[in-house]
Amino acid sequence: MTSPVLGYVDRTGPLHRLSGVSKLALALGVVIGAMIGFDVRYLAAVSLGSLVLWGMSRVRVRDLAVVLWLVAIFATLNNIGIFLFAPGYGTELFGTRHVLLEGPWRWDVTAEQLFYQSAVTLKYVAVLPSVLLFVATTRPPEFASSLARIGVPYRIAYAVSLALRYIPDVQREFRTISQAQQARGLDTSRAAGLRTRVRNLASVLLPLLLGTFDRIEAVSAAMELRGFGRGRRRTWLVRTPLRLPDLVLISLAVLLVAVPLVLLGVNDGRFWNPFL
Amino acid sequence: MSTAAGTGEQPLIELRGCSFQYRAQAEPTLRDIDLAVRRGEKVAIVGASGSGKSTLLRVLNGMIPHHHRGTITGSVRVAGHDPAEAPLVETARVVGTVLQDSNNQFVGLSVAEDIAFSLENQQVPTEEMPERIARAARLTGIEDRLGDSPHDLSGGQKQRVAIAGVLVDEVDVLLLDEPLANLDPAAGRATVELLDDLHREQGTTIVIVEHRLEDVLHRDVDRIVLLSEGRIVADAPPGEVLASGRLEAHGIRPPLHVTALRRAGAPVTADQRPSRAADIDLTPAQIEAVRAWTEDAPDPASELSDDGDPALELEGVRVEIPVGPERTTVALDGIDARIRCGEMLGVLGSNGAGKSTLARVLCGFETATAGRVRIGGADATGWSLAERGERIGFVLQEPGQMLSQPRVLDEIALGLRARSLPDEEIARRSEEVLAVCGLRPFRSWPLSALSHGQRKRVSIAAVLALEPEVLLLDEPTAGQDHAHYSEFMEFLRGVHRAGTTVVLITHDMHLALEHTRRVLVLSGGHLLADDHPAAVLTDPELSARADLVTTGLYDLARRCGVPDPARLVRRVIAADRHEREEAR
Repeated sequence: MTSPVLGYVDRTGPLHRLSGVSKLALALGVVIGAMIGFDVRYLAAVSLGSLVLWGMSRVRVRDLAVVLWLVAIFATLNNIGIFLFAPGYGTELFGTRHVLLEGPWRWDVTAEQLFYQSAVTLKYVAVLPSVLLFVATTRPPEFASSLARIGVPYRIAYAVSLALRYIPDVQREFRTISQAQQARGLDTSRAAGLRTRVRNLASVLLPLLLGTFDRIEAVSAAMELRGFGRGRRRTWLVRTPLRLPDLVLISLAVLLVAVPLVLLGVNDGRFWNPFL
Repeated sequence: MSTAAGTGEQPLIELRGCSFQYRAQAEPTLRDIDLAVRRGEKVAIVGASGSGKSTLLRVLNGMIPHHHRGTITGSVRVAGHDPAEAPLVETARVVGTVLQDSNNQFVGLSVAEDIAFSLENQQVPTEEMPERIARAARLTGIEDRLGDSPHDLSGGQKQRVAIAGVLVDEVDVLLLDEPLANLDPAAGRATVELLDDLHREQGTTIVIVEHRLEDVLHRDVDRIVLLSEGRIVADAPPGEVLASGRLEAHGIRPPLHVTALRRAGAPVTADQRPSRAADIDLTPAQIEAVRAWTEDAPDPASELSDDGDPALELEGVRVEIPVGPERTTVALDGIDARIRCGEMLGVLGSNGAGKSTLARVLCGFETATAGRVRIGGADATGWSLAERGERIGFVLQEPGQMLSQPRVLDEIALGLRARSLPDEEIARRSEEVLAVCGLRPFRSWPLSALSHGQRKRVSIAAVLALEPEVLLLDEPTAGQDHAHYSEFMEFLRGVHRAGTTVVLITHDMHLALEHTRRVLVLSGGHLLADDHPAAVLTDPELSARADLVTTGLYDLARRCGVPDPARLVRRVIAADRHEREEAR
């Protein structure tokens, strides 16, 4: 396994050809829209749209499996946590109480609670694909230039994009170091006990970390010598011009933020209440 | 570029009585340097590790004092300005620096973007960039690779991109920090030729910091500046420096043909143009001396013996490596080879020829797609990394990749403890390898206090402690100057004499010539040859196919009318070995 955990996926699809700026706008639109809106209809529509985009993109679930697993685990923990600590929050929000399943003490399963938690889960489904797709279909320099274009200082934009770019190198190095240490008998696989494994893993991570620091030092010296960080602004060679599909995407992003704002008024609050 | 004769008198770079001490160091690294480089000159700065040559380069490009702190005295002038006063970028517009590792210098995702990096930082409008990029790319001969990403390029091509990224600023001076260190011989020569073209056609002033002097001299330089312990000990035309015999004394290897003529009892003089074996003005006496001396060469048959049990065998090995989603490249194909117990063998080839993959498949880091690897006669398919590690010790090029413990002794014991050996056995083996590797005085030292060479020895000691039958070393002498190189190889021969089979993976032809009697030559994943190194490196056709270059001794032999150039090579190596044994 040498493909990065999170990074550009080099398998050209329709999303790869769009400008980084419009993709970033769309990702931001989804994130902000989903932050404001708690209307399940809206979230479901955005989730559906996100999944359709993923299907079009030619990015495979396997490419980003690690990140998807992490988020899935986090979402599950989040849901369990909500239920444990606030099993009556749904009732509180919607003002009704339809018990579906009697539980011990206050942990009754109510339709309102399920409805609230499904809205929370839908937020993950709505936001995650579009953000991941932006990272996976935007080449790092364009990634940097689109961040810079929407006003992020270019130094930060470049730092983010360089970090993404060096992930595969660091992974390759990790593999080599880990193999060399395994050849010396330091087992980091599942066969070893947990304590040995952690200790042996440290003998891999330390050289990796020191090597990475050296590399950062070298890269930053090279960039400084070529005038990086001198001016307050910089220009960019690669800047995909905005075409019709890009403009459509940007309008869509605006719409995504506008809809939940409108819904705030329509629903008289952040939630759409089907229980009334 | 100004060609006014009046201003031409003023050196472009001028150091007077310049000394520098890093803040963290007790001693100055540069002492009382007087150096002038005039517009249009081409200067090679050579010196052993720690002689201060990289520091000198940093003074010239302004990294000292802008990036590295310390005390500087004396005067420094670059194009009329003091780099300490001017912003780093201003100096960089006159003096373009090409760093040693072009991987770390590559910040764009494609060739064009990388060349544009400096322009972007100067806020050159996007529409003006393509023309300037195209010009710089043309100058360095990579104009047809503008859309490629760095991992599609070879080491030599990446370096060309780095040079183009500097030339795009129309700099007056190109400053190169060990440009040949990571290149195979053919790519190294191509770089030297490119720099020479830029020098002659564009009038670019060139300063090369390097210790591979023979390769630098593949094209003419105006002067060689020899540094030793922070001082300039020679600053003269190459002929004078080569004839003076001072290079060896200060840890730099002179070109082999110069050494050969000295050994043959007919040393070169400064006015014979001794830089290259092909152009040197040989006297009849010298030719006669070389011919007579060559007669004493040892017989090749005595050096190539076939006996000994096989330590490692490869049978039809093929390795495919995944390079992206659903894509693989063939790194090795149809490799049949046998390495015998007690051999010291070289694996030669350019970057990307499959040398490292060969080592990795032997150690089990990569699995063979087809074919078989036998270790000590037994089929190693399905062996774990640790099982292979007991039989084959693999030493990575960068010692930092293997060292993780605070102290030398802990590092050596690490692998032994992991194998749950009894304490007395751990103590016995540790003592033994400490002695073999000359690390006894450092046993309790923190690893961070050791030099690069010492750390390399620790990484070897840690592997040797597992008592492998075969020691496999990846570029063991990369980046070491001649003095450290000789010392290190002497140590490795000691390990070899003690009974360990040694495999050296390298693109250093000198290393293969001097220390092995058999080399496997790889190119494009195929085994091209399995022969004596002297035979390989005097075969122009084979050398060219493997991105190697024939040794300067080949030219010398031809010039002297020696019928079998390999014989002269063997003679020189024998004389070298003899001298080393005398010294011991």
